[in-house]
Amino acid sequence: MNINMTLIGQSITFFVFVWFCYRFIWPPLMNALEARKQKIADGLAAAEHGKHEQELAEERAKDILREAKGQAGEIINRAEKRAAEIVDESKDDARAEGERLLVAARAEIHQAVNSAREDLRGKVVSIAVAGAGKVLEREVDEATHAELMNKLAAEI
Amino acid sequence: MASESLTASGYIKHHLVNLTWGKFPEGYEHAGHWGFAHSAADAKAMGFWAIHVDTMFWSILLGALFLLLFRRVAKNATAATPGGLQNFVEWIVEFVDGIVRATFTGRNAMVAPMALTIFIWVFLINAMDLIPVDWIPQVAALIGSNVFGMDPHHVFFKVVPSTDPNATFGMALAVFALSIFYSFKIKGVGGFAAELTMHPFSSSNKLLQLVLIPINFLLEFVSLLAKPLSLSLRLYGNMFAGEMIFILIALMYSGGLMLGIFGGFLQMGWAIFHVLIITLQAFIFMVLTVVYMDLAYQTDEH
Repeated sequence: MNINMTLIGQSITFFVFVWFCYRFIWPPLMNALEARKQKIADGLAAAEHGKHEQELAEERAKDILREAKGQAGEIINRAEKRAAEIVDESKDDARAEGERLLVAARAEIHQAVNSAREDLRGKVVSIAVAGAGKVLEREVDEATHAELMNKLAAEI
Repeated sequence: MASESLTASGYIKHHLVNLTWGKFPEGYEHAGHWGFAHSAADAKAMGFWAIHVDTMFWSILLGALFLLLFRRVAKNATAATPGGLQNFVEWIVEFVDGIVRATFTGRNAMVAPMALTIFIWVFLINAMDLIPVDWIPQVAALIGSNVFGMDPHHVFFKVVPSTDPNATFGMALAVFALSIFYSFKIKGVGGFAAELTMHPFSSSNKLLQLVLIPINFLLEFVSLLAKPLSLSLRLYGNMFAGEMIFILIALMYSGGLMLGIFGGFLQMGWAIFHVLIITLQAFIFMVLTVVYMDLAYQTDEH
């Protein structure tokens, strides 16, 4: 073991190696590590953000659902009310129509009775006239006795 | 070592000599010329102006391997899902970064990459210890004799740079130089001088303080110098001891079949245990470096 120039050579080599490592190896590796650290941090932050967003969206969806349910209930209520109204209306209509029909039928009956009565009255007059003529055995002038006949008919 | 003159001590010695390239001193046949030392004595005689080719080769090769691998990952690093290699690299980087953040309180972008470099580099260097002690030296001897025409007995090859005190001292001195540099930069000359002279002993009495300054300086200076020394010797000592045990175990392979099989199990067991040591030593070297840098940055410690 002799101490010689190897000592100096080793020192110089040491400095050169350290310089090379300092200049060319350490910075890019550290940059890569730093960049990855940043990336992971960003990713975690993004995940957190996404989770938060999802919670918000769920909340919003719940709100919308609740609102929709409310609206649907309202629509159903309104429809039921309307249906009831329609039923009532049609009941009213039907009743009114029935009454109207009843009135019309009554009027018709009345009219028919009247016309039958009129008819009957005319026929009775002619029968009475014919009867009287037969009784009198002579021609009764219808023209001269018309006034009399009509009076008679009105009395029947 | 395929040598007919193989002795246990020769084998061990051969394993402990670095492949030294230096200037032959006066009195040698190649005096004044540069060349590979042929023996431990040659290497010693070359003095300071010699270089351990094996240590430099392996430390640079392993360091470059680490840098290229990590550079490739760093260039393609994405913030998206990382692939297997990037995942592995990121795991190490985050581990080192965590330690630096917890230990180093100053603001210096250089400390964390330095810690990473030390950790991986020292780990790889130490990991060479797990390769059976004769494999690479044998290959080196073959290459040395066939390609460079050297005597294979003179091809020394120490594969683990951290068993060479030059390597560990070199790194520790670099760390020491950095900590001194930042001490001056952060605290200023006065602040650093005060740190070395004003404690542990201080007095409100000016005269007494004057007497205490040399004592403080002596204590603080020794503790300052002890830092790089302990930093390098800890790594060197652990790795040298581990390597030594591998060499001793490898000696058993020439002691017959039974001893060889026993040695095989020993080597396996020691290697498994050594995995812990090489990782731990790399880790300790890194942590202490960060701690020393932190001390350089601390301004008001008492």
